[in-house]
Amino acid sequence: MSKRAVPEINASSMADISFLLLIFFLVTTSMAVNKGLTRKLPPPIPKDQPVPEQVDVNKRNVFVVLINSQNQLMVQGKQMDIKELRTKTKEFIKNEFNDVNLPVLTQVTIKSIGTVNVTKDHVISLQNDRGTDYQAYLEVQNELVAAYNELRDELAKEKFGTYFNNLEEESQNAIQKVYPQKISEAEPKNYGGVK
Amino acid sequence: MAKIRKDEKKGVPAISTASLPDIIFMLLFFFMATTSMKEVTYMVRFSVPEATELTKLEKKTLVRYIYVGEPRMDLIKTHGTESRIQIDDEFVDVNNIDQTITLERESMNEADQPKLIVSIKADKETKMGIITDIKQELRDAYALKISYAAVSKVND
Repeated sequence: MSKRAVPEINASSMADISFLLLIFFLVTTSMAVNKGLTRKLPPPIPKDQPVPEQVDVNKRNVFVVLINSQNQLMVQGKQMDIKELRTKTKEFIKNEFNDVNLPVLTQVTIKSIGTVNVTKDHVISLQNDRGTDYQAYLEVQNELVAAYNELRDELAKEKFGTYFNNLEEESQNAIQKVYPQKISEAEPKNYGGVK
Repeated sequence: MAKIRKDEKKGVPAISTASLPDIIFMLLFFFMATTSMKEVTYMVRFSVPEATELTKLEKKTLVRYIYVGEPRMDLIKTHGTESRIQIDDEFVDVNNIDQTITLERESMNEADQPKLIVSIKADKETKMGIITDIKQELRDAYALKISYAAVSKVND
């Protein structure tokens, strides 16, 4: 019997089929990655306990940032533009020259960094009005986090010669100890205006 | 002079399309791998604010979302134009966020429960009042890790 050749399968429609699938996935895909400013909320206060007044925090250790309903910023009692906030925050956290108006410096010895002066008890208190825009609020949060990130990067550059994010976990922890992130999103209050 | 002409119609040879499916398949696989289907239908309209210091949320299984914004156009008639809160596929009242999130957490793997991250996807024009309420509710539900969803700012 003569050998019968198997007819070749026509593959030209393959491209069409895969095009169709490709277009389907192109349409349904959403490349948006989940990004955001991560924060940690304080644990709830038990209901029967009265709201604690801020007593134990020394006044010079607190950096008060207020945003009103017109999205204006007041920092340490003075009106401020958002562009200055980052530098001011950095000054506050670092207290390079041991200013009496800036937070108390404590000497701390940290493995792999050595002995440094740290404003360990500083608190940034962020307070907002109920009428503040979310965008404005987030911008302020962003500036505060940026201040910390810049300080951490500076220290990482100085001590380890690279950016904070490229460091091993151990060194990252050490740097975090020097610049602990302390942003307190205050208990909600009503500023000006009766509810 | 002898000119040998075999054929007048020499023409350009046809381009082989045999590799076309391969190329398309490659693209197809790329999109299949990177795609993530939308989990919920948005009932609120929102465009998240811009920021620069963003952290990526790595594990999707640990993240639950809260959407805040004005109701969708076709829902305005029934729900008004006030900012509303959506969790999963339904509107949730502010006071019920506590329970809803607790339920969500209980449906998670036990080992993952403490790692729950709540991502707040709110419109940039939302007033902080509603966000503050949500935050208080999340504190009551002991969902303390939160993330304010934002997009990276294009440098100006």
